[in-house]
Amino acid sequence: MSTSTSTASAPGRGETWLAALTRNAPRRPGYPATVQVADAELGGRPARFIAVVPDAANAYPRVRGGEVGLLEGWSLAQAVHEVVQADRDAAIKRPIVAIVDTPSQAYGRREEAFGIHQALAGAAGAYATARLQGHPVIALLVGRAMSGAFLAHGYQANRLIALDDAGVEVHAMGKQAAARITMRSVEDLESFAASVPPMAYDIGNYATLGLLWKMIGVKHAAQPDAADLDTVHGALQAALADIQADPHPDLRSRLGGQNRQASSRVREVLAQQWQD
Amino acid sequence: MNHASLLTRESFIELGARARAHALLDPGSFRELAGPFDRLVSPWLERQGVVPQADDGVVVAKGRIGGQPTVVLAIEGAFQGGSLGEVGGAKIAGALELAAQDNRRGVPTRAVILFETGGVRLQEANLGLAAIADIHAAIVDLRRYQPVVGVIAGTVGCFGGMSIAAGLCSYLVVTREARLGLNGPQVIEQEAGVAEYDSRDRPFIWSFTGGEQRIATGLADRYVEDDSDAIRAAVQALLAGGVPAAHRSERYAHYLQCLAEYDPARQPEPETVRAIYAPGAKS
Repeated sequence: MSTSTSTASAPGRGETWLAALTRNAPRRPGYPATVQVADAELGGRPARFIAVVPDAANAYPRVRGGEVGLLEGWSLAQAVHEVVQADRDAAIKRPIVAIVDTPSQAYGRREEAFGIHQALAGAAGAYATARLQGHPVIALLVGRAMSGAFLAHGYQANRLIALDDAGVEVHAMGKQAAARITMRSVEDLESFAASVPPMAYDIGNYATLGLLWKMIGVKHAAQPDAADLDTVHGALQAALADIQADPHPDLRSRLGGQNRQASSRVREVLAQQWQD
Repeated sequence: MNHASLLTRESFIELGARARAHALLDPGSFRELAGPFDRLVSPWLERQGVVPQADDGVVVAKGRIGGQPTVVLAIEGAFQGGSLGEVGGAKIAGALELAAQDNRRGVPTRAVILFETGGVRLQEANLGLAAIADIHAAIVDLRRYQPVVGVIAGTVGCFGGMSIAAGLCSYLVVTREARLGLNGPQVIEQEAGVAEYDSRDRPFIWSFTGGEQRIATGLADRYVEDDSDAIRAAVQALLAGGVPAAHRSERYAHYLQCLAEYDPARQPEPETVRAIYAPGAKS
């Protein structure tokens, strides 16, 4: 959390994991307090780690809880494009690890007025470009991976890895907001959603969609110990090896999940009918 | 606009998704893929008490524009608010993926996306979100070879994850009825309060997210009348223009520099945004 923060709240999961995985490498200068960028080794090679974090004193009120807003979107784009440009002529492209714990995109007038959709397109486009240029991109889900925030930070990765923990959630709309909008209690929403796999919030149901590369068990998802760090480092290196062995830089490895069969069927039909 | 042109023009907004695709493609070239007779309906809606639609609200039409191979992806705003679920999302993503593959094989297929969508279909939540991530990936892939043109005609507008897709397009065409924003007005009011965003104040909403404001602030590329001929001409000209030197989504340095001029202690007015994003200030 930035030094200007007046509250003494503990750092969130994104910041905790970024610090732990990079052995508290110095944060890169030139970024807002909400976007932490650190360069550290992964499997003996340089890599870039990026997290969006809360900042209780932020000048933009709607990003204080770790939401992805205007500066966050464009700064994520900057953090990724910097690496793409630096490695333009390199034979081996640096891996990028997006550490994800984001409650949502920022909901506010400032954000809509200045085109938050464009800022998030900046971030999503940067990650997709890095992947297409040959950078291994891994998203590590350590907390909430919500909606537009996840689209901007993580969903363009070659591989998605999630901690197997109740605090890890993926969804199109935060639980509280979805409960308010559908006029249900959070508990009712959870029990209803659990009966329709794509509606569910928990990571176990999400895993049945086939989008995750791996789910990994740790003992302390909020405050990792040395064994947890070893486990996650191991998973990141395995993902790296898997990406490097894959001739396709696209997202096809996500297809084939038990509860995502129609996505494959539609592609088969399109491919059969495509040629004039 | 004089009387004669008012009488002869065809409203694009009043057309459904299929008719819109017909209106853009060269006469006689329209061919629908993964259409209503291919029985690709949503596997998730019926069990939640929603009647599915045979095309899941998305039309994939292959044909030609200006004689060049083009795929038009038209979202039907009248079905579930243009929301994207697994099938409709996969139709758009899959078609864009095939267009990119065409280019790698020497066939210069381009794409036009007709946005009329609130974003993810909440009944298919995570599958809609995943499909939209696939759409983003495919736009960024295809736009390396050929322009991807987005059209927001109205009246649903373009919101949620699909507004990010619009932000990834090479070029955007908007009308006065268009709205483009990440979060729907009701959700913002719900989350941030009515003082932040009054969803029932239509002039307020349009003044920030309407087509006229988006074109004046450089977040769209062409502002056209609600007229099929005018929209077809704009799309054709943009496609002929080829891939831009830099896509809007790549201009982080420019936008960060602009935003440094804004003091977030004060809520912006539409004029604040116009002053900071004035097209003349484009780097």
